[in-house]
Amino acid sequence: MDSTQLIAIFGSILLQSAPLIIAVCGETISERAGVINLSLDGSLLLSALAGFAAALLTGSLLLGFLAAAAVGAVFALIVAFGSLHLRQNQVAIGFVLAMLGDSLSAFLGQNYTRLPGPSVPAWHIPLLKDIPVLGPILFRQDAVVYFALLLVGATWWFLFRTRAGLELRSAGERPEAAFTRGVAVRKLRYIYAVLGGALVGIAGAAYSLDVKIGWAEGHTRGMGWIALAIVIFGGWSPLRGALGAVLFGATKALATVLQRSFPQVALVAFNAVPWLLMILVLVLVSGRLAAPLLARAPAALRRPLRGLLQAAPPAALGQPLDDN
Amino acid sequence: MQVQLNTIHKQFGSLVANDEISVQFEPGRIYGLLGENGAGKSTLMKILSGYQQPDRGEIVLNGAAQHFASPRQALAAGVGMLYQEPLDVPVFTVLENFLLGRAHDGERPQQSAKALTQLAGRYGFQVDPHEHTRELSMGERQQLELLRLLAGGAEVLILDEPTTGISAEQKDLLFASMRTLAREEGKTLILVSHKLDEVQELCDYAYVLRKGRLVGGVQLPCPNQELVDLMFDELAPRPARRQPASGDVLLHLQHITVRTPRLELEPVSLQLQAGQVLGLAGLEGSGQELLLRACAGLLPLSGGSLRLGGQPQPDWDYPRARQHGVAYLAAGRLEEGLIAGLTLTEHMALVSNAHGLLVDWPQNRQLAAQHIATYQVVGQPESYIENLSGGNQQRFLFAMLPQNLKLILMEHPTRGLDIRSTDWIWEQLDQRRAQGTAIIFLSADLDEIAARSDQIAVFSGGRLLRSVPAAETTADELGHLIGGAL
Repeated sequence: MDSTQLIAIFGSILLQSAPLIIAVCGETISERAGVINLSLDGSLLLSALAGFAAALLTGSLLLGFLAAAAVGAVFALIVAFGSLHLRQNQVAIGFVLAMLGDSLSAFLGQNYTRLPGPSVPAWHIPLLKDIPVLGPILFRQDAVVYFALLLVGATWWFLFRTRAGLELRSAGERPEAAFTRGVAVRKLRYIYAVLGGALVGIAGAAYSLDVKIGWAEGHTRGMGWIALAIVIFGGWSPLRGALGAVLFGATKALATVLQRSFPQVALVAFNAVPWLLMILVLVLVSGRLAAPLLARAPAALRRPLRGLLQAAPPAALGQPLDDN
Repeated sequence: MQVQLNTIHKQFGSLVANDEISVQFEPGRIYGLLGENGAGKSTLMKILSGYQQPDRGEIVLNGAAQHFASPRQALAAGVGMLYQEPLDVPVFTVLENFLLGRAHDGERPQQSAKALTQLAGRYGFQVDPHEHTRELSMGERQQLELLRLLAGGAEVLILDEPTTGISAEQKDLLFASMRTLAREEGKTLILVSHKLDEVQELCDYAYVLRKGRLVGGVQLPCPNQELVDLMFDELAPRPARRQPASGDVLLHLQHITVRTPRLELEPVSLQLQAGQVLGLAGLEGSGQELLLRACAGLLPLSGGSLRLGGQPQPDWDYPRARQHGVAYLAAGRLEEGLIAGLTLTEHMALVSNAHGLLVDWPQNRQLAAQHIATYQVVGQPESYIENLSGGNQQRFLFAMLPQNLKLILMEHPTRGLDIRSTDWIWEQLDQRRAQGTAIIFLSADLDEIAARSDQIAVFSGGRLLRSVPAAETTADELGHLIGGAL
C-alpha cells in the first residue's frame, strides 16, 4: 500500500465520519443543556428519508437538508415537551421515539426504496487542496465534511467561550443555581434541545444525500446508538466527540482491511473491534489510571490535560427543574 | 437600603408558612432572624429574595413597593441571598461562577478576574479565579457567592445559616466581613440562624418567628433565656448529665492507621470505656471521619490493631461490627441511612430479622406506629421517609437502632436540627449511655462536642493532635486548637 492509497483511505474515513460528527455535536449541545434525546436512532432514519425524499421531489439539496433538520427538530421538541412540560421521563420518551422513527421510516419510505437521487457534489477548496498530505484528506471533500469540521470548532467555542454557552452549561449542571442568577432554564433547554435535534436531522440527510446515497429500509440503523455512545466517550466535549467519531470510522475501516487479510475469521468479530477499542480508551483515560498520569505531567499542562481526560456527565442531565 | 415587609402571607396547601408577617430592616445594621426548624424563616427570606412569591403582602424597598418574579429581579433591586448550601455550579471555575448571570458586556475575562480578586481582597478573602469550584471548601464557596452578590449590586444581604459546615477561622472572617459591610458600607444584613450564640455575638436586633408568626423583636444583646422563651412554647429543662459509668475498657485502638487516596490517618491509639462518650473534633476531612468509619468496619485498617471488649478483631468489617453490637449512623441521612421511596413500615420490615418469604405487614405497621409514638416522630406508618423533616428522619433512624448496643458511631448526629430535636436526641443517647453503651461521634459544632463528650479527640491533617477530657476544655479552646493547627 503506497502513500496515495493511505491518503485516500484517510479521506474516506473522514467523509464516512462526517454525519456521525454532526449528530454527536447536536446531541452534545442538547445533553449539556440537560436534555437527553435518546430518539437519535429513529430520528436519524426518519430525517435521512425526509432529506432524500424532499431533495428528490423538489430537486433542491438545500430543501432536502432543511426538511431533514425539521424532522430532527420535531423529534427533539417532543422529547423536550414531554419532559419539560409534561414531566415525563426523558429516557422513556426518547426510547419510544427511537422505535417510532425506525418503523415510520420503513413505512413511509416504501416508495423511495433504491431510487437514484441527488447527491452532494464534491467541492475542492482552491489552494488549500494542494497542501501535501493534509490537502487531499481535509480539503478535497464536500460541503458536508466542511460543515462537520466547522461545527466541531463552533460548538466548542460556543459552549466554552461565550456567555450564552456558560448559561447553557449551567442549565445542565445546576439548574437551581442558574435560575437564581436569572437564567431562563426551561426556555434554554427547549432551544438547545431543538437545535441539537435539528443538527441530528442534518446528519440524517448527510447519510442519504452524501455518505450513503439513497434510501432503503433501516438505511442508517444503529448509527444513532453509536452517536449516543460517542457523546459519552467524548465526555460531552465536541472535540473529544469528533475524535471519537473519527476513531470509530478508522477502526471500522481497519476492520474491513483486516477482514480481507483474515477471511477465516467471522466478520462480526471485526465489527466488535471499534467497541473494544473504545472501552479500552475509556478505561485508560478515566478513573484511577488517569490520576498517576496527571501527577507526572508538567504543572503547566496539568489543567488542560485534566480537562481533556476527566469527564463527567452534566450533573442535572435528564432532571427537571423544580418549580416553586 | 431600608426594607419593609408588610403583612406577608404564604401558604403551602394547608400549611401556613408565613402568617401576615410584618418586619422592618434598617441600613447599616445586622439583624438576626430566629426560629426553630419550620418556623417560616426560610420561606420569608425566599420571598424577600424573589425565589418565591407571597400569596399576599408587599415588599417595600426605600419606600417603593416591589414585585420580584425571580431572584435576578430581586438582585437587580439590591436584594441578594446566600443559601445554606451555596447555589453555585461545582464543575465551573471560580471565574465562571462569578460571571454566570452577571452583566459583563464587553469585559475581557482577564478584567473580570482582576475585578474578582480585587473585590475579594477588600474583605480579606483569597480566591484563585481559575480554580474549580468543587475543589473549594464550603467556606470558600460561600465567600465566592458573597462576592458575586456584592458585584451584582446587593445592598441587602441575607445569609441563611452561613456557619454550618465552615471552619472557625472562616466563620471569624465571615463575621468580620459582615461587620464591615454593615458598619462601613451601610448595607442591610440579615442573618438567619438557630444558633443563639452567633446571633448574640453579631446582631443588633433579632426578630423571632414561631409556627409562621412573628412573635417578637428583641434588642441585642439580651439574656439567651428571653430568646428561647420566644422561640419555643415551653421547653423542658435540660436534664443534668448522668455521670459516666466507669465501666471496663470496651474499645481499644492501638496504633491504627487508615489509608485512602485523599488522606492518610497517622497512627492513633485510643481507649474507650463502656458508657463513655468520645467527641471527634477537627475541620472536615482531617481524619476523624476515617477513624469513625474504620471503627465501623467500613474502611479497612492498614495497620495497628482493634480490640473490642478485650477480644482482638483481626478481620474487622461492617457485618462483624453489626454482630458485635456496633451501630453506625452516617451524616447523609437520606443517602446512607434511610431509603428514599420506602415508607416507615417498609423500613421496619427491612431491619427486622425475619427470614420468611412473605412480610408480616400488619405486624410491621404496628411496630412502625409504636416507634412513631415512642420516638415522637411526626409522620404516619405509610409516610414516605423523604417527606419527613430532617429532625423526624433522625428520630426514626434512632427508632430503628437495635436495643442493647455496645457502641454507637455517629457523624453529625444533630446537623440541621433545632434545639428541641437536638436535646431530644441527646436525651435518648444519654439513656443508652447509662445502660453502658459507648458513643463516638464527630461534629462540626464545637459547642456540641464540648457539652456532650467525656473525652475529646482533636484531629488535624490526618493526625490525632490531642486527646483531652471534656471537663478540661471549652468550645473556644477547641476552636483555637483546630484553627491554630492550620
